[in-house]
Amino acid sequence: MEEDGKHAGESRTPVFRTVNLTKVYRGDGNDVWALRGIDLALHEGEIVVLLGPSGSGKSTFLNILGGLDHPSSGQVFFRRQELTAFDDNALTLYRRDHIGFVFQFYNLIPSLTARENVALVTEIAANPLTPEAALALVGLEDRMDHFPAQLSGGEQQRVAVARSVAKRPDVLLCDEPTGALDSATGIGVLAAIEGVNRELGTTAVIITHNAGIAAMADRVIAFADGRIAGISVNEERLPAHAISW
Amino acid sequence: MTSLNKKLFRDLWHIRGQALAIAVVIAGGIATLVMALSAVDSLQETRRAFNEQYRFAHVFAHAKRAPNWVAKEIAAIPGVQRAEGRIAQDIIIDVANMPEPARGRVVSREAEGQSRLNDIVIRRGRDLRRAHPNEVLVNEAFAQAHGLQLGDIIHGNFNQHRRGLRIVGVALSPEFVYAIGPGDVVPDSRHFGVLWMSREALEAAYDLKGAFNNLTLTLSRAGSLADVIVQVDRLLAPYGGIGAYGRADQLSDAFVTSEMEQLEHLAVVIPPVFLVIAAFLFNVVIARIIQADREQIGLLKAFGYSYIDVGWLYLKLVLLITALGIFIGWSTGAWMGYAVTGLYRDFFRFPFLHFQVDSSTLAISACVGIFSAVIGTLSIVRRAVAIAPAVAMTPPMPSAYQASIIENLGLAQFLSQPARMIVRYIFRWPLRAMLTITGIAFSVAILVMSLFFFDAVGKMMEVHFFETERQDMSLTFVELRTDALRYNIDDLPGVLLVETFRIARAKLRLGHREERVAIRGLDADMELSRLVDINDRVVTPPPEGIILSSTLAKLLAAREGDIVTVSALEGRRRVRQLPVVRIIRQYIGLGAYMDRRALNRLMGEGDIISGAHLSTDRRIEPALYSALKGVPALLGLAVRRAALKTFSDMIEQHLHTMIFFYLTFAALIAVGVIYNSARISLSERARELASLRVLGFTRREVGAILAGELALLTFVALPLGCLAGYGLADLLVKLFDTKLYRLPLYIADATYGYAVLMVIAATIGSAWLVLRRVAALDLIAVMKTRE
Repeated sequence: MEEDGKHAGESRTPVFRTVNLTKVYRGDGNDVWALRGIDLALHEGEIVVLLGPSGSGKSTFLNILGGLDHPSSGQVFFRRQELTAFDDNALTLYRRDHIGFVFQFYNLIPSLTARENVALVTEIAANPLTPEAALALVGLEDRMDHFPAQLSGGEQQRVAVARSVAKRPDVLLCDEPTGALDSATGIGVLAAIEGVNRELGTTAVIITHNAGIAAMADRVIAFADGRIAGISVNEERLPAHAISW
Repeated sequence: MTSLNKKLFRDLWHIRGQALAIAVVIAGGIATLVMALSAVDSLQETRRAFNEQYRFAHVFAHAKRAPNWVAKEIAAIPGVQRAEGRIAQDIIIDVANMPEPARGRVVSREAEGQSRLNDIVIRRGRDLRRAHPNEVLVNEAFAQAHGLQLGDIIHGNFNQHRRGLRIVGVALSPEFVYAIGPGDVVPDSRHFGVLWMSREALEAAYDLKGAFNNLTLTLSRAGSLADVIVQVDRLLAPYGGIGAYGRADQLSDAFVTSEMEQLEHLAVVIPPVFLVIAAFLFNVVIARIIQADREQIGLLKAFGYSYIDVGWLYLKLVLLITALGIFIGWSTGAWMGYAVTGLYRDFFRFPFLHFQVDSSTLAISACVGIFSAVIGTLSIVRRAVAIAPAVAMTPPMPSAYQASIIENLGLAQFLSQPARMIVRYIFRWPLRAMLTITGIAFSVAILVMSLFFFDAVGKMMEVHFFETERQDMSLTFVELRTDALRYNIDDLPGVLLVETFRIARAKLRLGHREERVAIRGLDADMELSRLVDINDRVVTPPPEGIILSSTLAKLLAAREGDIVTVSALEGRRRVRQLPVVRIIRQYIGLGAYMDRRALNRLMGEGDIISGAHLSTDRRIEPALYSALKGVPALLGLAVRRAALKTFSDMIEQHLHTMIFFYLTFAALIAVGVIYNSARISLSERARELASLRVLGFTRREVGAILAGELALLTFVALPLGCLAGYGLADLLVKLFDTKLYRLPLYIADATYGYAVLMVIAATIGSAWLVLRRVAALDLIAVMKTRE
């Protein structure tokens, strides 16, 4: 990667690099600008928290990084490859091989047990963890054969995390992972994400409204009105268990 | 428009594809009903008007020679309104340009329209004139089949004298609406004609001056058919009467009745299938809509809309779709009814045929349509509106799944996760899966049933023409000849084999049941015309006893070993007790068979034959035909090849149209059911499927889950459908079991194959329509919304 040499001074190499990324939702005469020229690099193994009010563009940004959405203009590089040049099939394979998603509303398959929800991903991944190992990572080794309807919200979200990390993704993209959970349960989920980052070196990008969560990140990027309003670096990451809100 | 109504129309627009699919299924049911009922109404009304206007008789009787005063005595029987003696005779007609002789029925007509019964409609030309004995009127079908013009001459063999006849008119009669020759399977207007000639001419030709050999009568309003027949038989017996019969046994009228019954049966069998499926579809579609609308229902009720307001909203949706279905059904049904009635116009000979769709038909069909729709949805709507607003506004619990039976049987290890999703989803909603399976199975069943007609008729033909009646030609003779005649026939050019038979009319009685039949006397060693039992074994008539066809046995409630009373209606009119030695299966007519010598002994008339079956050398048939035209004793001639052709022509015209309708319907049901099932599955699982897409599953892989579910349901439905098709065919066989014919319950393997392939094609088509939407799943929107 050419950036490797140029940014040799930096401690970590970028997983993602965006160049003047914009997203416009065209309406009848009133266009909505979701992203107004984002230039940003995210590095291997770091935890990044995206903060910002509703409509600030952070979800759009995350969706574009995850290959769920296309920017209106600008470029996204995943390592050496230009994501923005990918067609739909290439994006599907990109998601399959590199990306793990965690959403606010878990999105588990109700007809599959915890273990099977994870197996859904490991069956199509190149070098996955076993479903059991992935579930152990999030502390659900004794709930593996339960169906989603038999699990609490926090447990369901931890299954979603396990499902996302089971294929050893390069990046974990989490959109409000604790949004539907109470504080104690939410911290359990964050601890799971943190554990994956620590154990597997997975880069994690977490969207949240909750400024308290920012303490567990390496970097906190604030979004406002489709732009980056500021980037702060935590010299010392707090463990998830030390966070409260 | 109120806001609720706006919502209604927008919701309807939103589900337009599914709504249309349901409407089309309803339309299928309504259309069949309207088609069948309107055709029956039209035929019935036409027949009633024709019979009434032209005074079609109620009772028919044949005798050898009865003096005219007997007719007066018969007219005086209580219950008889009017009785007329006449002369009616089977003859051979020789038409220029046709090598083989045609058969005909010549009927006397009083000069200048003095006949009051069985009057005719003169379509072209004029009536017979007094003192012109060689003038003749011919029936329209025969005239058309031969392109006969007024003034043309045809020849007939009258009492062994060949005679030229000048055609002065073309006519129709209520007696010959279905002009079928004696012993024929279908009307063959080329080989069978009806002639009307003056009474005087026929009296002279048949030496019947002051006498008649045929009598018809009408009953007064209070007249009893059975009583009158007994009296007529008593009065005609001394004059060679062979038993009077009513309209139900009059060949033409019986066929018309039988056709109308068929249509009525279709109206009973087919529409319920459609309407039940429509109710199923409504049930699942409305259930889905209401589930998706849960929060809105809660909100509306929170705003103060009543249960009735909200319930009525969804019922209106159902009724709008139903109304669309009814409208489509009415118009297609009327169009189909018109088409079918048109077929009958060509098939039957009515002077007029008024197509009519009764308002009662429309009303009945609309009512059953609405009824099935409301039945399908009422419970769901009621349950939905009964939920308390606060409950409705909280999301429903996530669906609780469990491992399916299949997995508990230890098959889990063979299933991938997507395969488990498919299986568990099906088992999670077993009722819906069953409805889908039922719907698909029904469409297979309707296909099997429609195609079964071809198989059954083909089988009927095969058995009739290739297993039993294998002769190239059948001859019947004017008078009963001694068996020595066979040697004369053997000498005719091109005749390879001659086998003679005797036909004698008799009444068979067992207990209180009685049937009038023609007993056929066969020789034991017959090669051409054979009796074949259910197991395809050739049956030879034993020296004693009688063999009955299964239908005749059923009518008499006779079993093998029972003793039936046989009262001969010819010869010395002897009465004998005979054991039923065998019951054979027969698809056409009511057959009774005896050894020919035994039959002759019963009749007490010596070694006598009524006709002969021939095997002929086809290459010299023309020579044989012209030789036969010169045989004075010849009364009738049936050529197998011609009969087969007529039959296949009839199937071509008649059956194809009907079957085209049913095939279309079956396809509509299949598409309607499968499309709706797939759409609902897609909408319920959009979130799951989008999740899979996000997890890196390709469109193809996600589509495979939906398609796999459809494939699995279809796979289960196909054999069930074949089974149900067999059941429907069996039902039709039972419904169509008439004295005239019955269908063999025979379904070719290919029929199941075609039905299955067509439904698979419909499944693939509907799946394709829905799978296109998988590509359009909005991954972000789906993931962002709460369940």
